[in-house]
Amino acid sequence: MDAELAQRLLSTMWRIRAFEERVAQLKRTMQVHGLIHLSIGGEGVAAGVCGQLRDDDAVYSGHRAHGHAIAKGAPLTGMMAELMGRVDGLCHGLGGSMHVVDREHGMLGATGVVGGNLPMAAGDALAAKLGGTDRVAVVFFGDGAVQAGHFHESVNLAALWQLPLIFVCENNGMAEFTSRAEHSPVDSVSDVVAPYGFKRATVEGSDVGAVWTGFGKFLKLARRGGGPFLLECRTHRRAGHYEGDAQEYRDELAEQEWAQRDPLARFQVQALAAGLIDEPTALEIEAQARAAVEAAVESARKSPFPTAELAAELVYA
Amino acid sequence: MSHEIPYIAAINEAIQLEMERDEDVLYFGQNIATTEDDPFLKAFGSDRVRVTPISETAEIGMAVGAALAGLRPVVELYMAEFMLVAMNQVVNEAPRFRYMSGGRVKVPLVLKAGYGFTAGWAGQHTGSIYSMFTGVPGLKVVLPSTAADAKGLMATAIRDDNPVCYFHHYLLTLEHGDVPDGEYLVPFGQAAVRREGGDVTIVATGFMVGKALAAAEALASEGISAEVIDPRTLVPLDLDTILTSVEKTGRLVLVDQATRYGSASAAIAADVAEHGFSSLKAPIKQVTALDATIPYSEPMEAFLLPDEAKISAAVHQVLGGSPVAA
Repeated sequence: MDAELAQRLLSTMWRIRAFEERVAQLKRTMQVHGLIHLSIGGEGVAAGVCGQLRDDDAVYSGHRAHGHAIAKGAPLTGMMAELMGRVDGLCHGLGGSMHVVDREHGMLGATGVVGGNLPMAAGDALAAKLGGTDRVAVVFFGDGAVQAGHFHESVNLAALWQLPLIFVCENNGMAEFTSRAEHSPVDSVSDVVAPYGFKRATVEGSDVGAVWTGFGKFLKLARRGGGPFLLECRTHRRAGHYEGDAQEYRDELAEQEWAQRDPLARFQVQALAAGLIDEPTALEIEAQARAAVEAAVESARKSPFPTAELAAELVYA
Repeated sequence: MSHEIPYIAAINEAIQLEMERDEDVLYFGQNIATTEDDPFLKAFGSDRVRVTPISETAEIGMAVGAALAGLRPVVELYMAEFMLVAMNQVVNEAPRFRYMSGGRVKVPLVLKAGYGFTAGWAGQHTGSIYSMFTGVPGLKVVLPSTAADAKGLMATAIRDDNPVCYFHHYLLTLEHGDVPDGEYLVPFGQAAVRREGGDVTIVATGFMVGKALAAAEALASEGISAEVIDPRTLVPLDLDTILTSVEKTGRLVLVDQATRYGSASAAIAADVAEHGFSSLKAPIKQVTALDATIPYSEPMEAFLLPDEAKISAAVHQVLGGSPVAA
């Protein structure tokens, strides 16, 4: 990793973190009014995966998708306006936090149904393969999706048809409000797909460098016609399942342990120690991210709410 | 120019013509192309004609993803009930995606599903379940009743930029009909007046169109002139043609093979009651299946379903029990 990449990854992670921290504040004052799921703790996966993709590569995600969209290139202004329900949002305010689509940057949206778009990502990969291009499809999902039938159906067909699809599982050990141990006797998601015979790996998701390297290997092969692949990233979900979740079902991590599992703090310490970045630069990157988020909030506040006509017009193409 | 072929052949003709016309059209599903001699496979190859495992969720979900990426998949589902296995894809992903994206994407795909196989196929292969889909904004719902419409509506469905549920009736599969040669499109949202009449309007869909026409023929011998309307597409629905007819006749009988509660028939009745109440000279009458699962036993099957006699009885009822004076 060189200094330029280190700065880029740090910048992406700070943009996600600053965005989500601000969204949490706006949610508390009801300026963001809907159901919100934060990905704090997962920024390393978003940055390490999406940072290597092109605009023509398709990304599909789940309900915890802000980070994936931002890392894929979705503008903060369009993201914030969307979450604030404004007409200048990426989806004119009709989709909201769980359904952000940014076609221009290859963010093909998210689903509010756990794992519901796994087969859609496989269909996109089929189109890529039939089109004879080297583009790929990536689908993010949590460990909670793995116990659902659509996961197994999608894995089977992707493997059978050898699709350029990379499954990226963020295994944070929590499926909504209960632990993975209560959902499955198989601890590691990459073990679940073992019989299909395709390449799979498990990496520490809070280590953005490990995600970058692990995903990069699969991406290189997928661009050459290989696939599918599965990358399991072990992460920690810092926030509750949704904003407002009292989290009575689990104990908070000790600050010291969180510091080790926080992809941002961890990478900043590593990069500083390796001389890839200096302290003023790191502070500047954070400040820029927070300023960009604030500008997005100001811009969203000036945007009107969508009109009733728009709601009726968009039902059919 | 036209040619006479069975309903099922007309459907296949439309798919074949559209696949020739547009290389983005894919055809996939279970058990299609079971031999190397399959005409679709021979014409278009295994990239575009794909046999899938028995995985409805993956089949339909992949069609949605392929459609998002610019292709136009036609998914062969055989039985409409098999769509229920993949309800999340059919109801919650395919038709909502465009809307939730603020119109940034489109999802052009066809879900081809047979229904109404009331010939001893019992409880899980005989339902007329289209009304489960008419209430889903973003989906279009098509019910061809003739071979010509089977071709024309399929071609239109494939060219449509939205997800279309194309329901073909299993008891019409081998019914022959005249089908226009070459490119033939039947627009969505245009009902067909199958028979003109002035005393009563009968609206029927799918297999029930034939039953309604037979009833109308018998009623004519009693001096009753029935108009028979086939909506052809339930979403979009050509309500204007129905209201215009009711304005003329003042009486409406709805014939629907589906169970009644929450049916397409009930929805049309509500629309006519709301928009055409002043034209009505008698209460609207619905002739539907009983609200029950279709039983296996043949006499029981017949007991549950609408037929010519039940349609005629309903017509007599809306006419006040006596034939209309000339």
